[in-house]
Amino acid sequence: MTLPLFFFYVFSAITVASAFMVISARNPVHAVLFLILAFVNAAGLFMLAGAEFLALLLIVVYVGAVAVLFLFVVMMIDVDFAELKSGLLSYAPIGMVVGAILFLELLLVAGSFVIAPDVVGAGGLPIDATMDNTRALGLVLYTRYVFLFQGAAAVLLVAMIGAIVLTLRHRTGIKRQSTASQLGRKPSETVRNVKVKSGQGL
Amino acid sequence: MIIQAIVFLPLIGALVAGLLGRTIGHRPSEFITTGLLLIAAVLSWIVFIPVAFGDGLVGAVGDGHAAVVKVEVMRWIQVGDMDLRWILRVDTLTAIMLVVVNTVSALVHLYSIGYMEEDPHRSRFFAYLSLFTFAMLMLVTADNFLQMFFGWEGVGLASYLLIGFWYTKPSATAAAMKAFIVNRVGDFGFALGIFGAFLVLGHIDFDGAFHAADEFAATGLPVIQFLSWQLDAMTVICLLLFMGAMGKSAQFLLHTWLPDAMEGPTPVSALIHAATMVTAGVFMVARLSPLFETSPIALTVVIVIGAITAFFAATVGLVQNDIKRVIAYSTCSQLGYMFVALGVGAYSAGIFHLFTHAFFKALLFLGAGSVIHAMHHEQDMRNMGGLRKKIPITYAMMMIGTLALTGVGIPGTNFGFAGFFSKDAIIESAYAFGGNVGSLAFWLLVVAALFTSFYSWRLVHLTFHGTPREAAHGHDDHAHDDHADHGHHGSAHDNAHESPNVMLVPLYVLAVGAVLAGVVFYGMFFHDVEHIEHFFAGSIYVDHQIIEDAHHVPTWVKWSATIAMIIGFVAAWYMYIRRPDVPGRLAATNPGLYQFLLNKWYFDELYNTIFVKPALWIGNAVWKGFDDWLVDGKIAEGLGRRVQNVTSWVVKLQSGYLYHYAFAMLIGIAALLTWAIAAGGLI
Amino acid sequence: MGLEIGLGHYLTVAAILFTLGVFGIFINRKNIIVILMSVELILLAVNLNLVAFSAHLNDLQGQVFALMILTVAAAEAAIGLAILVIFYRNRGTIAVEDVNMMKG
Repeated sequence: MTLPLFFFYVFSAITVASAFMVISARNPVHAVLFLILAFVNAAGLFMLAGAEFLALLLIVVYVGAVAVLFLFVVMMIDVDFAELKSGLLSYAPIGMVVGAILFLELLLVAGSFVIAPDVVGAGGLPIDATMDNTRALGLVLYTRYVFLFQGAAAVLLVAMIGAIVLTLRHRTGIKRQSTASQLGRKPSETVRNVKVKSGQGL
Repeated sequence: MIIQAIVFLPLIGALVAGLLGRTIGHRPSEFITTGLLLIAAVLSWIVFIPVAFGDGLVGAVGDGHAAVVKVEVMRWIQVGDMDLRWILRVDTLTAIMLVVVNTVSALVHLYSIGYMEEDPHRSRFFAYLSLFTFAMLMLVTADNFLQMFFGWEGVGLASYLLIGFWYTKPSATAAAMKAFIVNRVGDFGFALGIFGAFLVLGHIDFDGAFHAADEFAATGLPVIQFLSWQLDAMTVICLLLFMGAMGKSAQFLLHTWLPDAMEGPTPVSALIHAATMVTAGVFMVARLSPLFETSPIALTVVIVIGAITAFFAATVGLVQNDIKRVIAYSTCSQLGYMFVALGVGAYSAGIFHLFTHAFFKALLFLGAGSVIHAMHHEQDMRNMGGLRKKIPITYAMMMIGTLALTGVGIPGTNFGFAGFFSKDAIIESAYAFGGNVGSLAFWLLVVAALFTSFYSWRLVHLTFHGTPREAAHGHDDHAHDDHADHGHHGSAHDNAHESPNVMLVPLYVLAVGAVLAGVVFYGMFFHDVEHIEHFFAGSIYVDHQIIEDAHHVPTWVKWSATIAMIIGFVAAWYMYIRRPDVPGRLAATNPGLYQFLLNKWYFDELYNTIFVKPALWIGNAVWKGFDDWLVDGKIAEGLGRRVQNVTSWVVKLQSGYLYHYAFAMLIGIAALLTWAIAAGGLI
Repeated sequence: MGLEIGLGHYLTVAAILFTLGVFGIFINRKNIIVILMSVELILLAVNLNLVAFSAHLNDLQGQVFALMILTVAAAEAAIGLAILVIFYRNRGTIAVEDVNMMKG
């Protein structure tokens, strides 16, 4: 067993196991943590396939942003998750059937597929072994796929604006600091000089 | 320029009165349309007088066939090889028609100013009148079949609008529809005839078609294969064209619309249903005489139909009580005379009768209008009588018209009223034609002449002579069914008054025509062949033989019409002046015959049974069975209901639960994947 | 199973991940957060496939595609969670069982 193959099995085993835990964990916080584990291991699989940039991106984007976002939301929302687990298995049989069909078919494909000879190299973007993966991706992203790249950027922008618009709300009754009005104060409006006779007070 | 003016002035009048009538008011509309028509009438005479008394048509180009003036208005249709131009064609025949149409139309316009005085929609009326005139002018100036068809349908439209002018009156709208629909039958044949002419002759312009017909005379006539029959093409075409003429000119079998058309205002009856439009069929056959001459069978049909119409309409006219209907049947009958003339080949005689008839029949109608006006829209002659002293001028005019219609004159001399010359010319031609058909036509026409005289004098006696009868219904108690307005029964006679001058002047002019049209124009139309040929200058076919023969018929034939006329006059005098009780007893002793005639040979009932009712039944069946039950019930609403059923079931799938949709998607993915794999042959 | 990491290895892992994601949607039907996570798993499986084919065919396009999917997945997660938050704020629960206003 070669070292890469060994790591492949390790990564894939952990990925599959954590994925299973994601869907079966009782506590959603645990589920998110298992999701992070699954993604990290999937990143390892990417690395093994030579997609170094994607592997790191997966860690940065998914683990660093998306999964943390999940975690954040799960912890922020005060929900009785145990209640949500009730009736967990009422749809399990049909899920089993559909999942089994899909799995068997996918395995069937994975076990028996043939790559058409004219597909190999048809894309015209052969991986240059002398160039590192990040550089190669950058070269095509900013040239050949520049519109796609811009489109992806637009999707992200829309998502960001959408998320803000959806969740933003102005609560009344909250005291906020107003710098402008603080700076705009005048002594005449706020200070009153009073002569106090000694021994009498106001 | 003068020709364009003649044709388009009425159109301008129609547009002004029709579109701006509300803005400029009734009186200006009347003056504009009438003024333009008077100008057009004068211009028509300017065109016609050189033809009749001078050297011929001014500016005419003899193109070997006819002396004709052609004014191109515009290129009209270009399809393939067919290059159709809109050309105003004026030759002698057209010049005659221009004079007839514009003169009568102008006079009717003038008359209508008085007659329609109280009508609240006068400007519309005048717009229709002018529109009609324009359409009629398009018809008579046509240079090709299509132009003629345009005018043909145009006059049909105007006729429809004018018959139904009082559209609040149900009987008027029904009459308008009847006129339109019956004419559709004829027009269908006419259109087929035009198609056939284009197909067989290869030309749609008249000159080309006539040339082609001439060539067939040399090469032999073409045949049309229809189903398993070999038909003579020219006969088929001519018969189809004649079918159109039968519809438009109210000939036997397609005549039923004309009497009903009397629902329209009386000036309309005078213009359209006496002088001009109904003669369109006669004009058309005369115009196409070179085609008709190629088919003896078609000509025979023309004679027979014409003779039957003349006889049939005269018999019905004998017993009608509505003053306008009597004249309407008289018109029908006289049109029959014209067709007999055309059929025997004496085209000039037919046109002659058309010409004179226009004057005296318009005179009679306008005179009847004057009577009706005087009697406050009373049309039933049984309620008239003794009007001679009340409305003497109208009486005089009606007398002139009657004398002209009955053909009073002395045979062998040049003394007589207009109808005398033209009618005798036709009767003599029919005799000269000879053979079974000629004899039949001759005798039918002579009898019709007798009847004509009888009903004409009956009309005069009932209306003007005797004593006032008011509401006392005369010699029969048959419920008078078809006109609505009996509002003024009681004192109509006492209040009878002479019409205003604006109505009388047209009568004077027409009376002059009714007296003189025959004697002045006899030479050109019938007297001798050279004169006729010179006059018509090739615009119609002139059969030398028949005209020569007509001049040499036996003396008794020459006198026959006059004798018939006298017999009719005497009979009318005896029955309505001398012994007023005789008609009632005659009707009582021959109830079958009387009812048969009174009900117009039961043609309306017959058509109702064999056409209208089955059509109604089919329509009902298709409506209820096909449209209502099948299309609406089963297909439209049924499908709708099925869709509702299905959707009300499908809508339950929309549970609203997110995960159900997600499940559906996933199951769909699984299914798609299975399908893809199965299609790939993996399982 | 050979000694080299073949395409089949990757495809098998991806198939398992995909199936787990689908199954997760079925069994966690009430908990929309876990449903979203399951969707992420499915997308991960797809990305794995793309990367594996990219490596196998020696073609960079697969990775570019995976990058785009990653982008869309991130955007989708952000929007989905935002909707979740406002839903919770309005209804006080995230149980999708109570959400059936789209019922036909």
